[in-house]
Amino acid sequence: MDFSVLLSDIPTLLLVILGVPAVLAAYIVGGEYLVRRLPDKNRPQVRPWIWVGPALIIVFAFLGAPAIGTTIQSFQDNHGNFIGLSNYATQFADFPTGGAWLAIRNNILFWLIFYTLFALAFGLLLAVLFDRVPYESFVKSLIFMPMAISSVALGVIWKFMFWYQPAGEVQTGTMNALVTFFHHEPVAWLQDLTVNNLALILAAGWGITGFSMVILSAALKGIPGDLLEAARVDGAGEITIFRRVIFPLMMPTVVVVGTTLVIFALKAFDVVYVMTNGNFGTDVLAFRMYNLLYQSNNYGAASAVAIILLVAVVPVLVFNLRQFRAVEARR
Amino acid sequence: MRSLWFKRSLILSLGAIFTAVACGTGSTQSAGSVKVIAVWAGAEQASFQAVVKPFEDQTGIKVQYESSRDEDAILTTRVSAGNPPDLAAAPSPSLLTKFAQDGKVVALDDKIDVSALKSNYSQSWIDLGTINGKLYQIYSWVSLKGLIWYNPKNFQAKSYNVPKTWDDLVNLQNTIKSSGTTPWCIALESGSASGWPGSDWVKEIVLSQAGPSVYDSWWQGKTKWSSPEITKAWSTWGQVLGTNDSNVYGGKQFMQATNFGDGGTPMFASPPKCYMHNQASFITSFFTSANPALQPGTDFNFFALPDLSPQYAGAHVVSGDSWSMFHDTPQARKLMQYLTTADAQTIWVKRGGKISPNKKTSLDAYPDALAKQTAQILVATQIAKYDAGDQMPSDMKNAYWKAVLDFVGNQNSLNTILANLDKIQATAYK
Repeated sequence: MDFSVLLSDIPTLLLVILGVPAVLAAYIVGGEYLVRRLPDKNRPQVRPWIWVGPALIIVFAFLGAPAIGTTIQSFQDNHGNFIGLSNYATQFADFPTGGAWLAIRNNILFWLIFYTLFALAFGLLLAVLFDRVPYESFVKSLIFMPMAISSVALGVIWKFMFWYQPAGEVQTGTMNALVTFFHHEPVAWLQDLTVNNLALILAAGWGITGFSMVILSAALKGIPGDLLEAARVDGAGEITIFRRVIFPLMMPTVVVVGTTLVIFALKAFDVVYVMTNGNFGTDVLAFRMYNLLYQSNNYGAASAVAIILLVAVVPVLVFNLRQFRAVEARR
Repeated sequence: MRSLWFKRSLILSLGAIFTAVACGTGSTQSAGSVKVIAVWAGAEQASFQAVVKPFEDQTGIKVQYESSRDEDAILTTRVSAGNPPDLAAAPSPSLLTKFAQDGKVVALDDKIDVSALKSNYSQSWIDLGTINGKLYQIYSWVSLKGLIWYNPKNFQAKSYNVPKTWDDLVNLQNTIKSSGTTPWCIALESGSASGWPGSDWVKEIVLSQAGPSVYDSWWQGKTKWSSPEITKAWSTWGQVLGTNDSNVYGGKQFMQATNFGDGGTPMFASPPKCYMHNQASFITSFFTSANPALQPGTDFNFFALPDLSPQYAGAHVVSGDSWSMFHDTPQARKLMQYLTTADAQTIWVKRGGKISPNKKTSLDAYPDALAKQTAQILVATQIAKYDAGDQMPSDMKNAYWKAVLDFVGNQNSLNTILANLDKIQATAYK
């Protein structure tokens, strides 16, 4: 390791270590000083803005301003000329195979439906089943563990699991070792157009199931035991209790987890990038944006895809936040 | 409440410190060093570091090398953030050319010794690096494409002869196929560049079949993909692949799923799974790293892809590593100058896998007879054309690579694929 670079930057480092807290302290003290000079009744109106001010500025600088820039760029060609909606027109051209349609199909038909259902169904199933066993916490940690892996590592691991060798060769990929054990021809999981999207979703779903499981499990634990007791006394079977008591009570949490998963599904990127690079009909919107930006250097088109994605995500996001607040309010 | 405020302000200020430090270290030019980005990792990185070692020892200038397999994305980001490296070497010049057109890289005409360069390099390499009359890129190592690798022992065992003409090649391929083995090994997986090994096939066929002027107007976007010449090149490759890719080991699944570096390995299985593999000269290092016992010449050898048309005999597609300068510093100039010398290039040539474009590099420097033979072919090539895909705008190039994957997936969809490429061609060159 070469530390000479660090050494040469010691003055900058010192300035930052001492300077940033000093500026912050000065801002707070100065702000408070100004607020105190205001009439009493105006203070509560001004003070919050002084405190959230820095956060607002940072959010605007790093989120708001780029979003506005992206929107503007989506109406421009590569040389900065205004070209109206034609970037969007290219993305929506030639249904069903051209433009961004393939990516939209994969995002909506495959990721949004299968990924969300997969993670939600398995998360719920595991949460409910493990609720009844003594070794619950151990198993739950195991299921949650993939969350600790970066999704790139996850993609690489599953790429090995899906490894393909022609029939007759030794199958080093776990999945193909399994299918050939049952005397089936090996499957090119990531290249075969009929299974590859589901293969990607299986890999991504494996990584996220732990997330939905722990949240749903927490909601399950929040259901009062006397309710279940009462249902049992009334003669309800376990399945009826789940359907009529547990599930309705968990519904708000299921909706929050579900919408969060929908957002994850819409911005799916890393698994696709690592495992197939969007080839063989597995392109998704976020990856298309990346490709248009870095591979094609087509800034306008990339911005248009980014805005399409944003427009798709925002309603889900708003719904998710409202629902989340509703759940919080009920507590 | 108070402790929460304290924690938050601490997090904020720490965040600010890290950001500032990250920016600070990024933009400061520490004296006596050159920042370099290239794609070489592993064995190739070791070779590059061996090349710069004497330079560092002599000048005391430190070369800070950064390797990235996703170089295009890294360079684009860093250039638009105003934080590029001093020098970058790219395996394809299209992004560097775009930087040159946008004025992001430094013209080298008065930065290095151009007269020495002119006496040591053939004019075609200098022309390739010249954009709008100024020299922006310099080639340090080059490779020859369109080499058909085979295992001489396997050929001997079956008494196959090295084909001299295209008809010989087609006959040989049919003979091998009738003996129950697939003639070819082809592997197309290469991360975000998946498909390129197949694009080599197509461009070699275009150059040899339709000639250099069609080749040039094709990559320049003036000849359509659906034109008779280009369509014919694809269907000629389709004949090599066979119906439903039946001439290729493992069919389309193996081609699409296997990394290009592992593509030739089945040739060395016993019994061989295939007999021929088309790849540039660098592939030998992949052969020997998979099977260290393999000896060049006895276990693997090559012949140049036979001419498709006598009119354009001896036409070869070449490619190379091109260098561009982002920051004009004395250290960067010195390193750039050093990289053009035969001394520097010979170091990697001796380690294998590369050919030097410098005429002063001795043929004896090549580590084996094969490498020497490749270098001789490169020197003697009558029609040398740079990789067409690498000269296309990146939009076009990426579509070309994807088209290869689609084509091997379903050869019958050729017309749709080419029509789609035409559509991209119509916008990509603007």
